[in-house]
Amino acid sequence: MPDLLIELFSEEIPARMQARAAEDLKARMTNGLVEAGLTYAGAAAYATPRRLALRVDGLTERSPDLKEERKGPRVDAPEKAIEGFLRGAGVARADLIERDEKKGRVFYAVIEKPGRDAPEIVAEVLEDTIRNFPWPKSMRWGTGSLRWVRPLHRILCLLTREDGSDVVPLDVDGIVSGRSTEGHRFMAPEPFEVTGFDDYEARLKRAHVLLDAGERAEAIWQDATNQAFANGLEVVEDKGLLAEVAGLVEWPVVLMGEIGAEFLDLPPEVLQTSMKEHQKFFSVRNSKTGRIERFVTVANRETADHGATILAGNQKVLSARLSDAKFFWENDLRVAKQEKMDPWRAALESVTFHNKLGSVKDKVDRVAALARELAPLVGADADLAEQAARVAKADLVSEMVYEFPELQGLMGRYYSDASGLPPEVGAACQEHYSPLGPSDDVPSAPVSVAVALADKIDTLTGFWAIDEKPTGSKDPFALRRAALGVIRLVFENGLNLSLRDVLWPLFDKLEDGLAKANMLQGLTKAGEALISSTPDLNGPYVRTQSFYNDASALADFDHVTYRACKDTGNLFRPITFSIEKTLSDFEKYHCNSEILTSDLLSFFHDRLKVYLRDQGVRHDVIDACIAMPSNDDLALLVKRAKALQAVLETEDGENLVQGFKRANNILTQAEEKDGVEYSFGGDPKFAEDPAEQALFDALATAEARITPAIQAQDFATAMAAMAELRAPVDAFFEAVQVNAESPVLRRNRLNLLRTIRTTCLQVADLTRIEG
Amino acid sequence: MDQTISKPRSFQEIILRLQSYWAGQGCAMMQPYDMEVGAGTFHPATTLRSLGSKPWAAAYVQPSRRPTDGRYGENPNRLQHYYQYQVLIKPSPPDLQDLYLGSLRAIGIDMALHDIRFVEDDWESPTLGAWGLGWEVWCDGMEVSQFTYFQQVGGQDCHPVSGELTYGLERLAMYVLGVDHVMEMPFNDPDAPIPLSYGDVFRQTEQEYSRWNFDVADTEVLLRHFEEAEAECARILEQDAVDPKTGHRIIMAHPAYDQCIKASHIFNLLDARGVISVTERQSYIGRVRALAKRCADAFVLTEAGGYAA
Repeated sequence: MPDLLIELFSEEIPARMQARAAEDLKARMTNGLVEAGLTYAGAAAYATPRRLALRVDGLTERSPDLKEERKGPRVDAPEKAIEGFLRGAGVARADLIERDEKKGRVFYAVIEKPGRDAPEIVAEVLEDTIRNFPWPKSMRWGTGSLRWVRPLHRILCLLTREDGSDVVPLDVDGIVSGRSTEGHRFMAPEPFEVTGFDDYEARLKRAHVLLDAGERAEAIWQDATNQAFANGLEVVEDKGLLAEVAGLVEWPVVLMGEIGAEFLDLPPEVLQTSMKEHQKFFSVRNSKTGRIERFVTVANRETADHGATILAGNQKVLSARLSDAKFFWENDLRVAKQEKMDPWRAALESVTFHNKLGSVKDKVDRVAALARELAPLVGADADLAEQAARVAKADLVSEMVYEFPELQGLMGRYYSDASGLPPEVGAACQEHYSPLGPSDDVPSAPVSVAVALADKIDTLTGFWAIDEKPTGSKDPFALRRAALGVIRLVFENGLNLSLRDVLWPLFDKLEDGLAKANMLQGLTKAGEALISSTPDLNGPYVRTQSFYNDASALADFDHVTYRACKDTGNLFRPITFSIEKTLSDFEKYHCNSEILTSDLLSFFHDRLKVYLRDQGVRHDVIDACIAMPSNDDLALLVKRAKALQAVLETEDGENLVQGFKRANNILTQAEEKDGVEYSFGGDPKFAEDPAEQALFDALATAEARITPAIQAQDFATAMAAMAELRAPVDAFFEAVQVNAESPVLRRNRLNLLRTIRTTCLQVADLTRIEG
Repeated sequence: MDQTISKPRSFQEIILRLQSYWAGQGCAMMQPYDMEVGAGTFHPATTLRSLGSKPWAAAYVQPSRRPTDGRYGENPNRLQHYYQYQVLIKPSPPDLQDLYLGSLRAIGIDMALHDIRFVEDDWESPTLGAWGLGWEVWCDGMEVSQFTYFQQVGGQDCHPVSGELTYGLERLAMYVLGVDHVMEMPFNDPDAPIPLSYGDVFRQTEQEYSRWNFDVADTEVLLRHFEEAEAECARILEQDAVDPKTGHRIIMAHPAYDQCIKASHIFNLLDARGVISVTERQSYIGRVRALAKRCADAFVLTEAGGYAA
């Protein structure tokens, strides 16, 4: 069985696309080969900056012969039908065979598809793969119309057998397949021929190309850490950077260099970010001081001077970059130390947050008020929380964050500390963006928690109020992430917080602001029209002029002007209409708050479901808990869900749910039939059967434990007490007929079922549990 | 072979070596375009000649102006007026990368000692309605050139595809000559009877233009010129293809494109004066792009654009 080797040799493939392209090559080729009837034992794909390669081992020599029988018309069918069948099947009349069937004698066509040789299939599948390759971006070059990620120069395609190897003939837009490739662009540029994968890989290595990206990454990491270790230092780990750098070189040579002494006082994160973003350098740290003292760069070749020229060049570029960073840092520190960041805070007024929600300064004002309000609920000092919220966004207009946006927050902390603000404020500057994802750390310092919550809740209520909610896969303002952030902040800090109480007044305020803005706009137009059409009007009409210019005067809008306008009749109809519409919009906004609050709450519940599902909580369990009162207290909701899930995992719990459902169904049916509610609770004195009596006792015992447990929000104890009802409930149904002949007994038993229902529904709505 | 190539000694020597190298590769040595442009790509020898089916090979120095980059001659490597070296070959030859590396050797970069890398960098010019795929070329971590295969210019698909090379001359020369501040770079030979530095030639003009660009340029006049250039471009292209005087078919793609260049540069000046808001910015860019597209459409109807009557 032959082994297949393919190499597509091109100009430099972007590093970020290489791994995916290798996988695509493997998937498209192997799928195509298998579809065409070949099988193989194993396959592996590789990528370097200049080539994609694929090996497929143990390929079959030929696809199997296929014989297909196709049923045709009856032999006595009209001639036209028979001719049509022949055409469709592509056979001659003489090739048809006849068979007797129930309905009569029928024609059959036997279509034979002979198998094809592997080279033919490989060539066909490879050409199709090249022509339809799923590059994220592809291009044409020269006079051709073939598309590839960058110009494609060679196609190497070999089938290797024990007795030698053969080129699979192929010609894609003038690129003819062969057995040649090239080594390192500078160190071994001469083309050479290969006979199979092992030979290919070995010769490439001799020509200074490491084929396997994993091997290159490993070599880089080993060498970098060794060099750092030899100097008593450590390389700062960065897997993404390592993968990228491994995609930029075919022959990695690790070089370690020094960072100029004048830059060593820059914050380590600034050094790290600047070196990584601009030059793809690794940072090398002194583990004792935490300072970044050196860098590691990875060259693509060996040189006679052992990299001295390359290192010197890189060092020079680094110095120019770090001079910029140092300049930004020193300017920023001056603003922080001498002006306490005031110019930045003022500048936030001209940074738009969203055109309907105002500037970042407007947002900061809202967040500060909310952080102050939330502070006592999270155990933070209200003044500190407000102060932190007021400076938390200031770094957005610093020079350093302008250059490196990914340093937002962190620079805020440095600058806040430099301004002499309390350390809690600095921490909040850094942490208030957290958590950013499902695995990100959640802040726990109270001031940070207050600002983080306020920031996220403000974003959510803001975008909800202007109806910019996420739809489908579109979530341009990352609102799902914000909601998950709130959930994790609340839950992981064990906060008991009624979201409804928080959200509602926020919506009222936002709606007020939006309505006023709209109303002001409407009135401005109306007033201008009024004044321009009747310049000589006095009294109430002219008063419009003063108040439409002043938002605060809107609160005093006493309908006098409105009525006055209306009284003047037809002349002012368009104007009064405009004012009427403005007023009705105003009203409308006010009743919106309730709808928006419950809509946003259910968005929180959806995110919570995803969050809990990832932790293994069943979706019906979550639904059962969301159906309970106080579902806007997320911590409480999670507590309920976890207790319920735990009980459901026991045998007693599972059976109790069955018992409850049985009781509930019988009761519901009876209530529907009788048109009454059995809500008095049973009377033990009518208990006939010992099992019935036992159930009364058990319910009383359970209730005595459940009530205090629920008051203490100890749902686990409450659920455990409920689970103990399983045996008496089962015994009851075993021994007793609920729908007894005696109406007194029946009513009493239905009332007893009612007690079961009431008791069992105290933690969660068990009717929603599946199964 | 690398070792035998001597190091250049001045800014102009690097330019001269590039000129003779690309002349040796068969490029037409063009001269700079006589208008203010933001980059060598704006030269009609690139923008227009990259369109249509006719083969083309040209190289030239293009003085380029970026008013917002002015730093009064004080920044070590930022200038409002600088030089680009531009090469355009259509169709892109299969060995363009090797040709390019040859030009680095020609200016004294020893491939055996340096680390040259092609790092992904896709090029896009929203004002020209143009884009291409390619790389920025790194030499020891320093970006020394842009390398682009044009895919679209002026909204037209490029067929055949042109290969474009752009060298930022000051930065490249500072690297090759080992100079840290652009103004200290030798412009002519340091041993010439009258040795001149880059600063001797350009420090004063950097100051003058920085002041004018940022604070003095009359924005009213500029805004009017922008409108006028836009209108004139449209008017030129509206003319009948046949010249009533000579009776020949003369489509005035180049005069129209001059107006597009003018509008683009005026936009850059207005931007430097800070009178264009974020939202207006997009609309101005769109207006220039519309002009570039119309010029491209007109050019492909001319003989140089591959039109055959």
